[in-house]
Amino acid sequence: MSYLVADQLRGGYGGADILNGCSLSVDKGEIAVIVGPNGAGKSTAMKALLGMLNLREGTVTLGGKDITHMSPQDRVGEGIAFVPQTHNVFGGMTVEENLEMGAFLRTDDFTGTMEQVYDLFPILKQKRRQNAGELSGGQRQQVAVGRAMMTQPSVLMLDEPTAGVSPIVMDELFDRILEVKQQGIAVLMVEQNAAQALNIADKGYVLVTGTNKHTGSGEELLADPVVRRTFLGG
Amino acid sequence: MPEFVDILNAIVLFSNFVLVPAISYGAQLALGALGITLVYGILRFSNFAHGDMMAFGTMVVILVTWGFQSMGISFGPLPTALLALPFGIMGAVALSLAFDKTVYKFYRTKKSAPVIFVIVSTGVMFMTNAIVRFIIGPSDQRFMDGTKFIFRPREFREFTGLSEGLALKSTQVLTLTVTIMCVAALFYFLQKTRTGKAMRAFSDNKDLALLSGINPDRVVLITWILVAALATTAGTLYGLDKSFKPFTYFMLLLPMFAAAIVGGIGSPIGAVVGGFVIAFSEVIVTYAYKKFFIYLMPESLEPTGLMQFLSTDYKFAVSFIILVVVLLIRPTGIFKGQSI
Repeated sequence: MSYLVADQLRGGYGGADILNGCSLSVDKGEIAVIVGPNGAGKSTAMKALLGMLNLREGTVTLGGKDITHMSPQDRVGEGIAFVPQTHNVFGGMTVEENLEMGAFLRTDDFTGTMEQVYDLFPILKQKRRQNAGELSGGQRQQVAVGRAMMTQPSVLMLDEPTAGVSPIVMDELFDRILEVKQQGIAVLMVEQNAAQALNIADKGYVLVTGTNKHTGSGEELLADPVVRRTFLGG
Repeated sequence: MPEFVDILNAIVLFSNFVLVPAISYGAQLALGALGITLVYGILRFSNFAHGDMMAFGTMVVILVTWGFQSMGISFGPLPTALLALPFGIMGAVALSLAFDKTVYKFYRTKKSAPVIFVIVSTGVMFMTNAIVRFIIGPSDQRFMDGTKFIFRPREFREFTGLSEGLALKSTQVLTLTVTIMCVAALFYFLQKTRTGKAMRAFSDNKDLALLSGINPDRVVLITWILVAALATTAGTLYGLDKSFKPFTYFMLLLPMFAAAIVGGIGSPIGAVVGGFVIAFSEVIVTYAYKKFFIYLMPESLEPTGLMQFLSTDYKFAVSFIILVVVLLIRPTGIFKGQSI
C-alpha cells in the first residue's frame, strides 16, 4: 500500500461530477505524474487530494490514516505541501520571508531547512532579500517549491510547475524535483509537458474525463503506442 | 529686493500658519489612513465606518479623562487624555470586534463582494455615529489640559526680535512624537515579527497564506485590534489639537481615504506619505498669502486681495480633487498599492 492513496474519487464543484472514479497513489521517494487532455480533471484530482473539493465517493488515505474529511489546513499540518499553478508566491515579500511563511506552522528551528532549500536552489540564496514578485518565472517557481519544502512535507504536490517557463528552465526544475524525490518525499505532479514529465516519473496516470485511462511506469507509458499517439503527439 | 529681516519674517509667518499646522494635521491623517489601508489590505474592503470608529474611541478617552479629572488624577504637563488613551483603545477594540462578530463575519463567511462590504460598513458607520451622539451628544467637546504651549507667539517675538510670532502648541509636538512612535512600532511589527509577516502574507496572497497554515481568524482579530488602536490614537490627537465633535470626525473620512489612496491603498508607508500630502495640499491651498507677499514683494507690487486660492470652507474639495485626479491618472497611488 502506497503512502498517499486516493481511491475511486467521485465529485466536482457542485454541478456535474468532474472526477468519475479516479484512483491515484504515490509512495515516498517516488514521482507520480498526472497527464491528460485539457479538462480531464488533472488539477481537480489534485484539489481533491488537498481537500478543496467536495467528494461524493471515494477515500483519501495518508500513511494508512483516512484524511478524506480533513480540511486543507489540517492536511498541511499532516505533511502535505501544495504548490499551486499560479499565484504561488507572496509577491510583495522577500524570498526569505516567503520561505519563512512556508515554515509558519513549525515551532522548531527551521534555519537548517532553509539552508537545504538554498542548497537546492542556489539562485534563491543570492536573491533572498529581493521581492519574490520581481523574479523571473522560473525563479518564482523555485521560490514556490522552496516555500512548500519549508514545511518538511512528506508529500509534495505540484500543479504544472513548468507552466510558462522556458525549456531550459523546465529541465532544470525537473532536475530539482528529482533531488526532492531523493530526500524521500512523495512527489505528485500535474504536467502539460507530458513527455518530459513522464521521463522522470516512476508512475504515470493518464486521466480522461475524470477516469484513469492508462496507468503505468513512466517508461511504459512513453513506450505505449496508444498513449504516444493520443496524448504525447506521436 | 526685500530686506533680510523681511525674508525671515515671511518664513516665520509661513511656518506658523502652514508648516507647523500641516505637519501635525498630516500626522493625524497618516494615523487614520494607516487604519483604512490595513482594513483594505487585509480584510479587503473600504471601511467607511473608520471615521466614526475614531469618534467612538475618542469619546471613550474623553469620558475616562473627565473621570480622571474629577478624581484629581493628572499627567503633569501632559494631557490627562494620554492616560485615558489605553481605555479608549480597549473600548474601540471591543466595538470593532463586536461588529466583526455580529456583522462582518457573516459576509466574510458568505464571501460577499467588496461592494457589499462597503455598504455594510456604511451601516456600521451610521450605527457607530448614533451610539456616539447618543452617549456624548453632537456638540463640541474640549478635553485638553496640561501645558498648552511650548512657546507662544509673543515669547517668540521677544526672543527673536522679529515682528512675526511663531507658536508651537504642545499638542503639535505630542502629535508628531506619538505618530512617529506608532508608525515605527507598526512597521517593526509588520516587517520583523512572525505575526506581522503572517498578516502581510495574508494580505499579499490569501489562498497561499491559508496553504501555509496561517490562521485567518487570528489575522482578522489582530487587524481589528491594530486598526482600533490607530483610529483611537489618531482621534485623540486630533481632538486634543483641535476639538472633538462627532460630525467633524465623520468628515475626516474623506481626507483619510484620499491619503490612503494617494499613497497607494494597502501600502502602510503610502498611507503615511499620503497623510502628509493631503494635509499640506489642504493647508497650502486654503492659506491667505497676503501678508506673506507683503514681506517679500516691493511696495509697488503689494497684493490688494487676500491671495487665497480657496476659502477654508472648501478644504474638503482639495482632498476630493486629489482623490479624483489620483484615481484617474495613477490609481495604484504613489507606492503602488492595489489598484481599485
